[in-house]
Amino acid sequence: MKLDANIPAGPLALKWDRRRFEMKLVNPANKRKFDVIVVGTGLAGASAAASLAELGYKVQAFCYQDSPRRAHSIAAQGGINAAKNYQNDGDSIYRLFYDTIKGGDFRAREANVHRLAQVSVNIIDQCVAQGVPFAREYGGLLANRSFGGAQVSRTFYARGQTGQQLLLGAYQALCRQISLGAVKMFPRTEMLDLVVVNGHAKGIVTRSLVTGEITAHAADAVILATGGYGNVFYLSTNAKGCNVTASWRAYKKGAAFANPCYTQIHPTCIPVSGDHQSKLTLMSESLRNDGRVWVPKKKGDNRPSRQIPEEERDYFLERKYPSFGNLAPRDISSRAAKEVCDEGRGVGPGGLGVYLDFADAIKRIGEAQVREKYGNLFDMYEKITGENAYQQPMRIYPAVHYTMGGLWVDYDLMSTVPGLFVLGEANFSDHGANRLGASALMQGLADGYFVAPYTLGHYFATAKQPKVRLDQPEFKKAAADMQELTKKLLAINGKRTVNSFHKELGTMMWEKCGMARDEKGLKDLLAQIPALREEFWKNVKVAGKNEELNQNLEHAGRVADFLEFAELLAQDALHRRESCGGHFRSEYQTDDGEAKRDDENFAYVAAWEYAGPGRPAILNKEPLVYDEVHMSTRSYK
Amino acid sequence: MNLTLRVWRQKDAQSEGRMVTYQAPEVLPDMSFLEMLDVVNEKLIAKGEEPIAFDSDCREGICGTCSMVINGKAHGGQPGTTVCQLHMRHFRDGDTIIIEPWRARAFPVLKDLVTDRGAFDRIIEAGGFVSVNTGGAPEANSLPIAKTDADTAMDAAACIGCGACVAACKNASAMLFVAAKVSHLAALPQGQIEREQRVLKMVKAMDAAGFGNCTVTGSCEAVCPKEISLDFIARLNREYGKAILINTVPRAGKGGD
Repeated sequence: MKLDANIPAGPLALKWDRRRFEMKLVNPANKRKFDVIVVGTGLAGASAAASLAELGYKVQAFCYQDSPRRAHSIAAQGGINAAKNYQNDGDSIYRLFYDTIKGGDFRAREANVHRLAQVSVNIIDQCVAQGVPFAREYGGLLANRSFGGAQVSRTFYARGQTGQQLLLGAYQALCRQISLGAVKMFPRTEMLDLVVVNGHAKGIVTRSLVTGEITAHAADAVILATGGYGNVFYLSTNAKGCNVTASWRAYKKGAAFANPCYTQIHPTCIPVSGDHQSKLTLMSESLRNDGRVWVPKKKGDNRPSRQIPEEERDYFLERKYPSFGNLAPRDISSRAAKEVCDEGRGVGPGGLGVYLDFADAIKRIGEAQVREKYGNLFDMYEKITGENAYQQPMRIYPAVHYTMGGLWVDYDLMSTVPGLFVLGEANFSDHGANRLGASALMQGLADGYFVAPYTLGHYFATAKQPKVRLDQPEFKKAAADMQELTKKLLAINGKRTVNSFHKELGTMMWEKCGMARDEKGLKDLLAQIPALREEFWKNVKVAGKNEELNQNLEHAGRVADFLEFAELLAQDALHRRESCGGHFRSEYQTDDGEAKRDDENFAYVAAWEYAGPGRPAILNKEPLVYDEVHMSTRSYK
Repeated sequence: MNLTLRVWRQKDAQSEGRMVTYQAPEVLPDMSFLEMLDVVNEKLIAKGEEPIAFDSDCREGICGTCSMVINGKAHGGQPGTTVCQLHMRHFRDGDTIIIEPWRARAFPVLKDLVTDRGAFDRIIEAGGFVSVNTGGAPEANSLPIAKTDADTAMDAAACIGCGACVAACKNASAMLFVAAKVSHLAALPQGQIEREQRVLKMVKAMDAAGFGNCTVTGSCEAVCPKEISLDFIARLNREYGKAILINTVPRAGKGGD
């Protein structure tokens, strides 16, 4: 497989301008002759579908939820970064670019990240014009706050519901295009397969989640904006329905999968309360502005928190990272919490938790002000745990939150299958080995509003592919294959539920491929996963039939893909014999326990290529060349 | 604790439904309501029975997918709480819990507790937006907005579109949902250009979808998980009245050449 990142020549700051000028255009009257399929309606998908329809393309948009407004972008709490420098604190496009590259531990592609920082300013303009109610100062101008991994205030927010408000903006733009007839919307419809004709992506096969009907759809290009794969760990902060199916099926049709081992663990989530746990809830990172993280100094100290005197507490983030303290980046804070729990100093059920204590903040600024700042989060904490965090510290623990890896794309966001574009969390391109807070929303909207609408046109203008018809054999075969697969799942009629397999897979992934990984654990895992997958295909019990609303069948298809994908993730983690960002290999650490990168041997993107059933995936490498920045060791001490 | 559940089961949109009784043994207080149902469903599947279909996704109270009436209350009656955030510690050992779908003509049941809320999307499609294309937006800070206006807009925009307001209303009215979007955009300068047309079109779409009339009893506000205020319905009425008076009903074919 040839990986051509297709990065424009010239100085970094001019690359995007140059690319836009070099791109071939489709004249306005011809745009309506092109059909585009968009899968997923989160920030990336909804913004792309709306923007492409506004340009005149004919768009078909798909989502598994009952409405495009419900995609999981909606759950993002904290904010969206943009290099506006409204606070006059020294921000610039270059600084946002540099912070993102550094935060990603020098494993992202320079040119893409610089473009992201460039268009970040347009995103805020666009969202304000749509009526997104961002927080404002008394003078009427936009407010900002600071976030982990940055020393400037560049985060725009709408209370604790920034993702929701940005998504509703994009959803409303999408609704406008639906009403104009420019977008045909398919809610409660899940993509099952990608259709490739003459090497180009030309359509998809879907299943209606209401009737079970399996249908092929044809187009001139396909956009996947289907999010991340965090649910391979079973428990994560992702929505229950989030899955890897669309990406995985595209991978099996020729799209390379890049850096699957880069997974982000968020340090401040509410700990697991029992075996029934179905998902984990994030508490915004902003809490770490005022909360102090600690555990008892003594192992197994199970006195109530308030009875542990000050000198017997270990404020471990402040101790280890005095200059960033409780605001150290996500990967570093998560690992520090795991370490103290592994030492037996964790708190709460099973010892899997650390305290996030607001007692000092309440003493300093009063309970009323703490309530004003974080009231909704304290309420949410109480709803879930039944505990009052004004009177006792919160208990938090890290949880899987975001996946930096994804389908490989070139500078134009096109995968290794021509005509297949991948946007948002589903691609790999901008966050390297670790994503900074408030950058996911930025990337999703950058890709959808300001990148894909240009690059897709260039593809149409240069690829000059003939129109396809649904009665071509490729469509018929893909639909028949999916019917077959569904039948097969329903026919097994074994003894174990789908969920029990998902949970078992997630548990082994979390234990051996979670916050810390090592060669032995990964090798064990690579033996366990195929065995579990084999058992799944022999012993799973799927309720009901295909021709109906069947949530158990939906789950079964997703778990089947997770059981394959997990192996690639573990394989990638095993091959990357270094520690970087969210990928921490215990064998590769400095004397004081920090991640040790190996730039000599691993400064590349690992793009895995499908080699057919039962064959090991083929590793392709895209070298990461840094022309602008110097690859330094991240230090937050 | 051990609970008895009486759950609405309905095969599909065409079939008749009925209440069916299930036992939910060994329920823990830390379980969410949906996790309790997950456990019941696992047992049903193992026994070869059909699991209870219900909608949920984010399970953190923001996506608006989960939707069920518990003991007669949409989302179960805890203030400002979606059913996914309702926890079993609010129930007692031996309780019988009655679980039903949203009931409204505009929200037909698809299966068991799953309903089709597409009517809400039709209302937004009718005009719940600002007509700006990507790319043409002016510099964000060139439009100062009073903090109080931005806060009012945000109070209204917090709506998650779950439909509890409709489910709680004796007339199955969607006024609170429509009021929230109309008020959000009417409170901001960006929404002024289309202000009158928007409210007329959205109310028309609301009526066409088969929602009932509002008699301002406030049951919607009482169950709203985002605690959207009834005041916004007053605003909607005001916006609508004003739009009628200004008489800006859009006329087809009278656009600029």
